[in-house]
Amino acid sequence: MTAAIAIHDPTLRDGNHAVSHSLSLEDIAAYCRAVDGCGLSVVEVGHGNGLGASSLQLGLARHADTEMLETARANLSRTRLGIHMIPGFARLDDIDTALRIGVEVLRIASHCTEASVTESYIEHARANGAYVHGVLMMCHMASPERLLEEATKQQGYGANAIVLMDSAGHLDPDSTRERIALLSSELSIPLGFHGHNNLGLAIANSLAAVQAGATIVDGCMRGFGAGAGNTQLETLCAVLERYRFATGVDIFALCRAIEQLESIAPVSTPTVVKTANLISGLYGVCSGFEKHVARAASEFGVEPRRIYEALAQCNAVAGQEDLIISVASRLSQPSVA
Amino acid sequence: MSLKTAIIGSGNIGCDILCKVLAHPDLDCTLVAGRSPHSAGLAFARERGVATTADGIEGLFARIGEFDLVFDATSAADHERHAPRLIEAGKVIINLTPAALGQLCVPSLNGLELTGASNVNMITCGGQASIPLAAAIARANPAVRYIEVVSSISAESAGPATRRNLSNYITTTEQALRRFTGCAQVKAILNINPAKPNVYMQTAVSALIAQADLAATRREVERAVALVREAVPGYEVIVDLHYSEGRLFTMVRVEGAGDYLDPSAGNLDIITATATHMAALMARGRMAVRAA
Repeated sequence: MTAAIAIHDPTLRDGNHAVSHSLSLEDIAAYCRAVDGCGLSVVEVGHGNGLGASSLQLGLARHADTEMLETARANLSRTRLGIHMIPGFARLDDIDTALRIGVEVLRIASHCTEASVTESYIEHARANGAYVHGVLMMCHMASPERLLEEATKQQGYGANAIVLMDSAGHLDPDSTRERIALLSSELSIPLGFHGHNNLGLAIANSLAAVQAGATIVDGCMRGFGAGAGNTQLETLCAVLERYRFATGVDIFALCRAIEQLESIAPVSTPTVVKTANLISGLYGVCSGFEKHVARAASEFGVEPRRIYEALAQCNAVAGQEDLIISVASRLSQPSVA
Repeated sequence: MSLKTAIIGSGNIGCDILCKVLAHPDLDCTLVAGRSPHSAGLAFARERGVATTADGIEGLFARIGEFDLVFDATSAADHERHAPRLIEAGKVIINLTPAALGQLCVPSLNGLELTGASNVNMITCGGQASIPLAAAIARANPAVRYIEVVSSISAESAGPATRRNLSNYITTTEQALRRFTGCAQVKAILNINPAKPNVYMQTAVSALIAQADLAATRREVERAVALVREAVPGYEVIVDLHYSEGRLFTMVRVEGAGDYLDPSAGNLDIITATATHMAALMARGRMAVRAA
């Protein structure tokens, strides 16, 4: 065994995108109970875009943040409880709420070039004793050098680790390795990678990331996640074991957990790379946009591919779902056709 | 005689407001206060023949007799320190920070009620762009259940204070949305987009309404947009009212006057233009008092 890799599991957060944020409290409780003894480092729970994100813009969640977190808290004892949050959607007092419930790992995320919006949030969380991952989303949109600059800011704000998210599933192993290698050689804190599978490369990218120095890697059960889904958790653990990286995950226990969970959404919902996901990945558009694009395409009578193309042209960032309606509305005008 | 004003804060907002005050026949600017002698904003003011100080609030107090109104374009935390001192000195304040102090002001909705106020709170850029529409929707649909506003601004136009104050931005915008719409359930969201060329400020307003009165909503929205355009000519509807499954949606784009920054920075323009408009209403109020 070479290095210790922490497996971070956002099935109950990123996966919420796949079911329009409708995971039930029963799903959350069953999932947490089933995976708690499997050796995962963190289970992340919440709306697909994290704390404070339930909205018409991104989709209303079936349950309040607090209900989801309290349910997970009551059903985890060995695996730590995590959340994701994006300043601009979440407020500082959402951090206080999460800590009061007993959240142990706070991921504070911004678009990959805008780390300065996380400053007051990371400082507030650290001042209250939280363990914080600084997250840079849509990391294909910035060069390795720019990502280093932004990650260095988050390290300076007090982040305990940095995570790069390939939110659009646009990276390949070479571009992943290049980004992780530079950051891992220059930062003094652990580095993580979060992949999406739009081009079928999530496992390959995650392996490249670990080989280049990442020590935190994200995976979702059965790949359950936004768009084409995330890196498939159980496969990721198996591949890392094959490459002699120690994850601490008991793969056979994880397989038993999956079999027990057959009837709940993460396992019962098939996750495949649909053509819309492939197109989205090629254009580098955020995976979370999938259902909103499909809805706007049908409401305005516009081909989804043209919406993805226009969103790529205006460099839409994660959270800008309102742009989808404005783009679809514009494309539906006869003058643009 | 024009109303004498000072500006504290020499960042993006301070410089843009300076341009608008200098161009306004009823307003004058006698001092711009910043905190660094090397500030580009202070140099910008000096080039326009306006006196400056790099000693911040202390520099402002050193010349306290030279103006009647102060535009505060610093940060939420600074405003909380400035406001009580300025009020004690008898100055009128127009607060352009997200600090929750002063009377919430959307000039097209309550400007005339606030011409005698001592501290006027311009809420936030997203508040000025969204509240006129949200209030119009609520007037036409008193049974509105939920209102949500989402603004996107260019990364270049989001200065360090805006970035540090995102949580205050949300809290203040939501408080003002409740105040002007009467709707208890509201949400405000801000996105910062780094695309080049800069994206224009856009603000989307969504509302949950069981049975929307579309004709009345359309009339109210058109009237609201026309009123905002008096102070902000680049305020324009880009997605017409759209109603499906109980959800009402519309979207505006705000093109700035291009005074200090690029016209894409409609977020700066809408708050400086409405603040200047409010100061002008106060100037006219004072002239009317003197004439009487």
